Amino acid sequence: MKQLFHLQINGEGIQVAAPVQKTLLEVLREDLGLTGTKHGCEVGECGTCTVLIDGKPVLSCLMLPVECQDCEIVTIEGMSLAGRLHPLQEAFAELGAAQCGYCTPGFLLAARGLLEGTAAPSRSEIEQALAGNLCRCTGYLKIYEAVELAALRMRGLDPVT
Amino acid sequence: MLRLPSFDYFQPATTEEVAAILHAEAPACAVVSGGTDLFPKMKRRQLAPRTLISLRRLGALHRVAGEPEEGIVIGARVTLAELERNPMLCSRYPAVAAAARAISSPPLRNAGTIGGNLCVDTRCTYYDQTYEWRKAIDFCMKKDGHVCWVAPSSPRCWAVASSDLAPVMIALGAKVRLLSKQGDRLIPAAELYRNDGIEFLSKRPDELLTEIHLPAVSTDLMVYKKLRRRGAIDFPILGVAIWLRPSAAERSVIEQGRIAITAVASYPFEVEAARKLFRGARLNCEVIEQAAEAAWKRAKPLDNTDLDMSWRKEMVRVFTRRALQELSDNLCG
Amino acid sequence: MTTNYKIIGKPLPKVDARAKCTGETKFADDLFFPRMLFAKLVRSTQPHALIRGIDLSRARRMEGVKAFLLGNELPIPFGILPVSEDEHALCIDKVRFVGDPVAAVAAVDEETAEEAARLIEVSYEPLEPILSIEKALATQSPQIHDYAAEGNIHKKVALQFGDVEEALGDSDFVLDDLFFYQGSTHLPMEQHSAAAKLESDGKLTVWSSTQTPHYVHRAVAKVLEMPAAHVRVIAMPNGGGFGGKSDPFSHEIVAAALARKTGRPVKITLTREEVFYCHRGRHPVLMRSRLGINKDGTITGLDFQTILDGGAYGSYGVASTYYTGALQTVSYQIPRYRFRGARVFTNKPPCGPKRGHGTPQPRFGLEIQMDKAAERLGIDPAELRLKNLVQPHSLTANWMRVGSCALRECIEKVLQGSGWSKKFRKLPTGAGVGLACSAYISGAGLPIYWNDMPQSGVQLKLDRSGGVTCFCGSTDIGQGSDSVLAYIVAEILGIDPLDIRVVTADTDLTPVDLGSYSSRVTLMTGNAAVQAAERARAILFDAVSVKWKIPKSQLIAGGRKIFDAEDPAREITFAAAVQLAEAMFGTIGTVGSYKPPASAARYKGGGVGPSPAYSFTACVAEVNVDVETGIVTVPCIWIAHDLGQAINPLLAIGQAEGSVYMGLGEALMEEQVFRRNVHQIPSMLDYKSPTTMDMCNVVTYLVESPDSNGPFGAKELGQGPLLPVMPAICNAVYDAVGVRIDEIPITPEKVLKALRAKNAGKPARFGPGEFPPLDFGEVRIVPPPWEGGDGTAVKQPPAVFRMRDD
Repeated sequence: MKQLFHLQINGEGIQVAAPVQKTLLEVLREDLGLTGTKHGCEVGECGTCTVLIDGKPVLSCLMLPVECQDCEIVTIEGMSLAGRLHPLQEAFAELGAAQCGYCTPGFLLAARGLLEGTAAPSRSEIEQALAGNLCRCTGYLKIYEAVELAALRMRGLDPVT
Repeated sequence: MLRLPSFDYFQPATTEEVAAILHAEAPACAVVSGGTDLFPKMKRRQLAPRTLISLRRLGALHRVAGEPEEGIVIGARVTLAELERNPMLCSRYPAVAAAARAISSPPLRNAGTIGGNLCVDTRCTYYDQTYEWRKAIDFCMKKDGHVCWVAPSSPRCWAVASSDLAPVMIALGAKVRLLSKQGDRLIPAAELYRNDGIEFLSKRPDELLTEIHLPAVSTDLMVYKKLRRRGAIDFPILGVAIWLRPSAAERSVIEQGRIAITAVASYPFEVEAARKLFRGARLNCEVIEQAAEAAWKRAKPLDNTDLDMSWRKEMVRVFTRRALQELSDNLCG
Repeated sequence: MTTNYKIIGKPLPKVDARAKCTGETKFADDLFFPRMLFAKLVRSTQPHALIRGIDLSRARRMEGVKAFLLGNELPIPFGILPVSEDEHALCIDKVRFVGDPVAAVAAVDEETAEEAARLIEVSYEPLEPILSIEKALATQSPQIHDYAAEGNIHKKVALQFGDVEEALGDSDFVLDDLFFYQGSTHLPMEQHSAAAKLESDGKLTVWSSTQTPHYVHRAVAKVLEMPAAHVRVIAMPNGGGFGGKSDPFSHEIVAAALARKTGRPVKITLTREEVFYCHRGRHPVLMRSRLGINKDGTITGLDFQTILDGGAYGSYGVASTYYTGALQTVSYQIPRYRFRGARVFTNKPPCGPKRGHGTPQPRFGLEIQMDKAAERLGIDPAELRLKNLVQPHSLTANWMRVGSCALRECIEKVLQGSGWSKKFRKLPTGAGVGLACSAYISGAGLPIYWNDMPQSGVQLKLDRSGGVTCFCGSTDIGQGSDSVLAYIVAEILGIDPLDIRVVTADTDLTPVDLGSYSSRVTLMTGNAAVQAAERARAILFDAVSVKWKIPKSQLIAGGRKIFDAEDPAREITFAAAVQLAEAMFGTIGTVGSYKPPASAARYKGGGVGPSPAYSFTACVAEVNVDVETGIVTVPCIWIAHDLGQAINPLLAIGQAEGSVYMGLGEALMEEQVFRRNVHQIPSMLDYKSPTTMDMCNVVTYLVESPDSNGPFGAKELGQGPLLPVMPAICNAVYDAVGVRIDEIPITPEKVLKALRAKNAGKPARFGPGEFPPLDFGEVRIVPPPWEGGDGTAVKQPPAVFRMRDD
């Protein structure tokens, strides 16, 4: 049986009817067409489906919509504003941090979660913050570099690269 | 995509309501807070509660209160991320923060809670699998079957205790509050656990774990050391928690101390022999070696988690020794 | 080298980089069509059994269930290699591993399909399961496949290039070592997914997460008995492949068959567990290597034996078997060489090509053995390698034609970068460095099914707007092949890569490219793109030269313009040039294609190993070994790779770092293991893939030695940099604590056992103890180039040949 949920996704109020057991991941992808959120295991082991809830990275495969009705949900589709990419997205694209791109939305949101609390993270803090997101393509190094570049730019320091 | 089975969902506003629903529905119901343990297990059809009771609206359980000098009360809904970042816990109960930080990965710690971790289901590579996988081995006694495949001649289940926080609570001598319609009770954390892979908690199905009471600390020392294959995501395959209270008169003398270990049996347990060893002792090489030996003796890892079981048993000695050496450095330094 | 290029050699972002960072890129499972049905496969819960019955009655009663599919509805077998078409879309009478697909059900949603699949009851008559190499060799019956060479041995190979026994007999000493390389899987982040839809005109479209749409096209048409012209396969961007999406798969064919059966779109997305069952990953390989060497450090001969645990089906296995013997000769000069290999069938998910396809295993053995040889000789392992380096533009004993080669420079780079001379045998106990090298193919010389057609084709359409569309069958699996096409075409036409729309991997729209495997894409599609673009530029130059009345040779394309080289102020925009040409010659379109040169290896079995160009890699790993726990950590890896010419150094470094990552995982933690006949750990939690906390620092050196066979001189680098990582780490462990780990992964208990053995005065080693006696069959004898012959096998051994017992 479906229930009506009132969700705040990427700054918009959205109503969606779904069975209570349908996870946020499924509702985003299957009911709302927000397929930018990917899935790699659906049991909390890979980080691919990471979204932000009230600014914190969480796994949408383990979230029920009924539990986030009073929260701000941000998905990858909500990271860029008015056609302008978020500095993290710019840096990921520029530095080759996305190879196959499948884990990328999860990494971007986890990184955004980090930068919202820590404006100038150390390499070690980046590693720690991204430790729940698996990537099989990059070996993570380009991802670190992209996070560092975005962090600099967000503080108004644009290094000449 | 793995999906959840259907269930009835309640979001009560008070602990009394929770207790009432538990009373009516247990054992075919489950309490959900972070969902990081429950949902994967439901998706794999290891657990199939008819009713889910969410703790989401219980703000009272989402608090850390008290002072280290008198003891601290942590609500069951406090997330692992909140624990690891709590300045008071970091400075005065560092093993609690360290154990929380060692759990899984950042997004899971943002959702997972202390109550959930203390009640985390026991794990086993024959059990933590999908329905179809378990069918292929003809199921195991923890779910849908009759045999414990780790020890097929054994009458009991040998699934492994996998909470990182539990050994810390046991070593600290923390207590947990359990609430039910019959009232509530405060029991030592050590008594929360039973040495059985299936009935691994003494908490009754109609009881709710509401609070964790940490004892007062002054100059106490504590440490948590975790063994796992990777630097993140993995459950412990060994966790050693040690708490030492130096004598007020002479800091290099231990007044009291406890070692608790996890992931080497179906329950986290205290190494009792160490308690006797520590009382009034100085933490010299000999005491450290004896304590490590005592811990090693108690550990009975089996072949149902990651890496080689005899190697894991050896690591109990190494990790206990190293944890004690670290504390010894602190005592002297 | 790169100074004259505008785009080639520049660290540009990928053409699809922004789409991948915004969630815009659509992967196969992101496709949703109106009225779409969702299907699930019922997979065998038995490792080896006859199917006695399939009861659909309970599932049939479920609301929302729309169709079932059973094996006998699709009786035609398929398989990637024509010599081993041994798979059925759904098993018909027999299952061969836990996870083998048996039946399928389509329903209105995935939940219903999953529930219905659970209600389908399959009854089995169990057969003896075979889970190991030893058991496969010992079991004549039951056979997993009755077409096996004998018993459960799928394939045997024996090749000899010169009298190896004589060479070893005359050597100052011979090292004789056993190695075991555990299997591992690709673990792409994206689970495989396929959707299919039948149009009202009877034509079928399949969208799939595949690296090889061309082969899927062939398999779907064949099994569904449809004209291939009525089947369209579109490869969606792959969320990681690494070789794991290179076979045609059951779920692709089943989705197509169910779409045809129901008249509705059907999608099947595998669960993570099912991805472990698809597998096609690294073969576990047991090896025996006998290396002859003289006191002066010269290699005299190599006798290499391998036994591959193939799993339940053929897949690429015959090629994998040959690959365990093909490339040892491509890094060092080995005057005489014998290779004997066998692949056995076991009741496990089929093995196939994982990054490095069949070559990481023998490379592992050989590079550790080189380290042992250097130790025995008392020389630096780098010196031993440098002494025996393969020469550029030479033939190897097994007739591989080496082109450009900068392995020497690669070795020098990593030695210098890592501070080798200050570290090797000089770091305190517990810390160590290790060196290893490798070589890899830039695409295979021969296509998978025998034909004389090009292996890659590119079509260009020049639009009067100034836009260019580039059509090519190649598949972007994250490596950046779409971008490489755009860079090459843009470089030649003098426009911006973003002016080019790249249309790839669609069997209706794009000319055939065989797929993203064997590191072939940059070289082969690159060459095809060069040809198509040069032809297009020639048309534009024709038009402009006529208009300006100057010779074509005087024209230059660049900056979206065409210039007169002698009067650079004289220019015409690219768009205007296209309009001019279109007015003169009609609609502008060109094609380019590529077929590798003929191989020098003309013996049977010589089809595996030849390549238009070989890449070379050198690697130094630094490790710390905790002697109390046996835990090995890797702070840094230095990797130098001869890639011919970097088309884009940014992407190139990304490939090298990713290869090191995957190699690190294989070296330390990844293993595809079985217990009670079932995959022990089919999950992202228990199959250990390194996290950010486990990744090492990587210092990459791109070494350029343009090869005349590569586009702008480019060679491969998607796979090669993985190869030396595992042996370099093992060699570093030896440097750190003096024990040999002749088996990967290097788990802490193995290190501890080896340390204990060392302390007890036993051989300081962990590794396999024996190599089963196996008759590899008649040896095919091919004289190496320096002993005469023409690259073909000879009936009689040359006069010098004499048989010896080994």
